[in-house]
Amino acid sequence: MRNIVTAWLDLHYLDDLARQASFFHRLHPAGKLVITLAFAVTAASFDKYEIAGLLPLFFYPLAVMALGRLPSSRLLQRLLLVSPVVLLVGLFNPLLDRTPHDVAGLFTIAGGWLSFLSLTLKLTLTTTAALLLIATTKLPAIGAALRQLGLPRALVVQLLLLHRYLFVLLEEVGRIAQACELRSAPGKGLPYGAWGSLLGQLLLRTVSRAERIYQAMRCRGFDGEIRLLMLRPMQARDYWHLLAWCGFFLLCRFVNLPHAFGHFLLEVL
Amino acid sequence: MHMADALVSPVVGGAMWAASAGLASYAAKQVQKNLDESKVPLMGVLGAFVFAAQMINFTIPGTGSSGHLGGGLLLAALLGPHAAFLTVVSILAVQALFFADGGLLALGCNIINMGLFPCYVAYPLLYAPLAGKQPSKARIFIAALTAAVAGLQLGAFGVVLQTVSSGVTSLPFSTFALLMQPIHLAIGLVEGLITATALAFIRREAPSLLRHQTGASRTVLLTMLVLALATGGLLSWTASTNPDGLEWSIAAASGEEELTAEGPVHTFFAELQEKLSFLPDYNFKPDPEQAQLTEAKPTAWPAVAPGTSVAGITGALITLLLAFGAGKALQHAAKH
Repeated sequence: MRNIVTAWLDLHYLDDLARQASFFHRLHPAGKLVITLAFAVTAASFDKYEIAGLLPLFFYPLAVMALGRLPSSRLLQRLLLVSPVVLLVGLFNPLLDRTPHDVAGLFTIAGGWLSFLSLTLKLTLTTTAALLLIATTKLPAIGAALRQLGLPRALVVQLLLLHRYLFVLLEEVGRIAQACELRSAPGKGLPYGAWGSLLGQLLLRTVSRAERIYQAMRCRGFDGEIRLLMLRPMQARDYWHLLAWCGFFLLCRFVNLPHAFGHFLLEVL
Repeated sequence: MHMADALVSPVVGGAMWAASAGLASYAAKQVQKNLDESKVPLMGVLGAFVFAAQMINFTIPGTGSSGHLGGGLLLAALLGPHAAFLTVVSILAVQALFFADGGLLALGCNIINMGLFPCYVAYPLLYAPLAGKQPSKARIFIAALTAAVAGLQLGAFGVVLQTVSSGVTSLPFSTFALLMQPIHLAIGLVEGLITATALAFIRREAPSLLRHQTGASRTVLLTMLVLALATGGLLSWTASTNPDGLEWSIAAASGEEELTAEGPVHTFFAELQEKLSFLPDYNFKPDPEQAQLTEAKPTAWPAVAPGTSVAGITGALITLLLAFGAGKALQHAAKH
């Protein structure tokens, strides 16, 4: 039950964030989508023991949060909710990987701890990047961008319809779950006797809702073809933005910036 | 069962993206060609239904724990495999974007694990033939349980293969597989039970909603499945007992069978690993007496090993899936 309410609130919250009109919000959705993917690929492509090299990548989420006027606390909260499962898998690394690694010439540590830390950094980076995309771009715009990038129409229409009715269905399921919770012993889930009827009733309601939606679409001239939002073409600033970020990701990937800075400072001093 | 970006290497993520993009475009073509336009909103709303229903806690009878609905199989039983696959893709995309479940790079892996297996393997090869054209309540239960378990087993095995081939974690293949498969057996049973109760309700209250099954080639499919399972399960016992390629090459390169590290920290972890690993060298941990016996004698061949059989059976299912995919692709190519 609490899950459903949280999910509903999260959806509304991210939707509200995406409605802002900052510099980053106004950029072309296709560009932002490609940047997010390039970021995820860059972060994932680092060696399993890499730590220092990953750090400059944090510049991207921090810059987007600043440019897009996004609150970091709520995004970090979401990050904490998804991390346990992945970290659980990663926790085996310190136990199984005993390769000795030299840390900055100061001490030796088992490789597993390094790879676990690296995994945590990658998780933080990639999760935040996906949330930042949706917090700065409305889903219909992402749908239009996906269509521009060549995704099949049926899939894009399905994604947009799902998003639209998610708000309604989550509310409905939340009400049903609350009614059920109020009538049963505290702390228990749905008893077996009610599995079929609850899910089945909900399914029947869902189907009749879909029929009503179809009728409403027909009344408004639906001819089997769903018209999607048309996006403006990519402009010079969108291309510059895309190039700049991809260039930065490549730089981070191929030049170990923290090491380079360290060497430079030591030489100067 | 969501894979996360942090666990996937770009090569594995990219390959799975390419595979799922190809499948999605095939499914979209099929949907555009065959689906009645009135089903367009139904797909969207059913996707939202599954998304919301996944959050209900179902208390498992006789235990204190609870389970959740996965939804792929239920969608396939209501919409057919193609529309169900597209619906699952859209659900996973929204989960990746809004709830940071999985991630964009791992989306392809998740689509394969949670979309392909239930919609294109478990549903047509198990659910449809087992449920038949006029499914009784008992047949719905048997079909849903079998299909859900098989779908979840394949999905879990997909997670293991993708994680191990990405190389981000140090979990060995056999340990990870033997952690994942039994857990997902239980999850699959619960998922099957939830799906079956919902479908049984629909059958009683609104039978027209259940998709009309075509069971023409079920005998052939079932025979193939049984043969594949038997082959995988039995023949893997006869697999070679020689060391694998990597062990062999390490032995050749360093003169030792396994590389070792010195020092107190390493000794501690070595002991810990010895205690933790219930599957050293791809098999269940032998008891000390038996271990001595095995050391004394040269290894018997064929070595009957339940651990290897699990991998064999799952491998057989994957091969079957590949063969089925190739057949479908050829069929598609022949039409055009």
